[in-house]
Amino acid sequence: MSETILVAERLNRNFGGIQAIDDLSFALNEGEIVALIGPNGAGKTTLVNLLTGVVRPSSGRIRFHGEDVTAQRPFQAARRGLARTFQIVQPFPRMTVLENVAAGALFGGGQPGVAAAMDVAREQLEFMGLAQFADRPASALTLAGRKRLELAKSLAMRPKVLMLDEVNAGLNASEIDGALRLIRQIAERGVTILVIEHLMKVVMSLAQRVLVLHHGQLIAEGSAGEIVRNKRVIEAYLGEKFARRFTPEAVGA
Amino acid sequence: MMARWQQYALFAAWLIVLASTPLWASNYVVRLAITIAMFTALTLSWNFIGGFAGYPSFSTAAFFGLGCYVGALSQRSGVPMVLAWAIATLFVGAFAAALGAIILRLRGHYFAIGSIGVVEVVRLVISSWGSLTGGGDGLNLPLLSGGPDAVARIFLLVMILIMLAAFLVTVAVDRGPLGFGLRCIQQNEDAANMVGVDPTRYKIIAYTLSALFCGTVGASYASWTGYIDPTESFSILMSIKVPVMCLLGGPGTVLGAVIGTAAFTLLEEIFWANFLDYNRAILGAVIVILIFFLPGGLLAISYRDVVARLASLIGRHKAAA
Repeated sequence: MSETILVAERLNRNFGGIQAIDDLSFALNEGEIVALIGPNGAGKTTLVNLLTGVVRPSSGRIRFHGEDVTAQRPFQAARRGLARTFQIVQPFPRMTVLENVAAGALFGGGQPGVAAAMDVAREQLEFMGLAQFADRPASALTLAGRKRLELAKSLAMRPKVLMLDEVNAGLNASEIDGALRLIRQIAERGVTILVIEHLMKVVMSLAQRVLVLHHGQLIAEGSAGEIVRNKRVIEAYLGEKFARRFTPEAVGA
Repeated sequence: MMARWQQYALFAAWLIVLASTPLWASNYVVRLAITIAMFTALTLSWNFIGGFAGYPSFSTAAFFGLGCYVGALSQRSGVPMVLAWAIATLFVGAFAAALGAIILRLRGHYFAIGSIGVVEVVRLVISSWGSLTGGGDGLNLPLLSGGPDAVARIFLLVMILIMLAAFLVTVAVDRGPLGFGLRCIQQNEDAANMVGVDPTRYKIIAYTLSALFCGTVGASYASWTGYIDPTESFSILMSIKVPVMCLLGGPGTVLGAVIGTAAFTLLEEIFWANFLDYNRAILGAVIVILIFFLPGGLLAISYRDVVARLASLIGRHKAAA
């Protein structure tokens, strides 16, 4: 059994009257790939925001390697090795692709100087298959390219935990296959990965464990195979009425 | 855009031109050179916060005026001149660091308005604190001996040295992690935070750098003119001119502030000399046109394109003739 690396203990977060995250606890083990799924508005992005210090929990604790990091700010999370990509990509538009990645290497990855950061950035672009775009402005990339850039930027930060917020949304089938291959390769380096995903193809083929979020609560946890047969999960996605039609008895009858 | 070494070389050449004016030009030109060197130092300073970090600061006059007063008061209490300048520099830097921790929580327009407020507040404090600052009557300083020409030469050298110091710091910032982090903040502050840039710390450093040399310039300006008062020291026009100069040349670059200041000051002189009645209006129109059509500043023009286009135009003319 590998060690736990990131632990959330009874997290709560409300925005006004809305309970976005409701008494949520879970743990990530070192080196595993975990998928976080849930219907729209379930609180997935809010959870990533909590884990990376973008918003603070109303109550509860977050521990990273045993250290209490509940009150950290985003740049501190980045330097600790808690990296993320955004659902809506956030490049530095007027910098080159190379400089974008170098920023991650220099500030989050703790490279000693700009030149060293550029070297690391070049390696990452090579790995991500973006090397030929190194000197183009980031704004010139296609959506798939920008998603890769986000990933390269996060990787240049030498993350220990990588949170991927819908990196595959808006990509076509062949682009998704490419992204899957990359994510597996990243995991092989020993990086713990939390993927937020709507595409069940991605979840089924990648995740060793799946967490299901609904109305800010963790309603199910288990292997992908277990999750798709879980009654509460089906209810959350389809509503009770339709879920009843899909129960094994109903299908068998 | 020019390569870095070309920008450094141009700066060196410009520095030599300014420094040598007493050898080949009239007193009028020497005074103009002092003004240019002084404003270049101010504009290079503004470039740290306004150019690199992209925070539209209008605090320049507050820093300059504080520098004037701290320098003048130190000198009047018996501190030697150069030491008084150093005191003014440190005081203004510390003031900006403390102020920055508060005001840099504001973003965009709100920051701009807050930074203008700073000028007014400091001016009011200085002009109301009559027992210390002489209030609206201003302060006299001991003049340097040796006649106006010799004094002008000394202060030309002083302003050029301050301008050089500001330029060297700019080069260091531009090439190092600080400049990189500030550019990240300028383009997307939240994303910068996410990649590990501590935005608050970086912005406070930039704001402090934008104040330091203003303090030195203010104190030495006070020593040069021998008299300061609140209205002239805290002129809102200075707070506006300096950013305009930087935007004109190219914000966030090494040489933009230098080119912009030179171009602006020379244009101002030309319009002043030739169109006494309408000079402000013409200058305003020129600024608007330049900023509209050259959003990246004079430095961003591709001069090779311009030359090529001119050459082809001339070629066509010849062919037609």
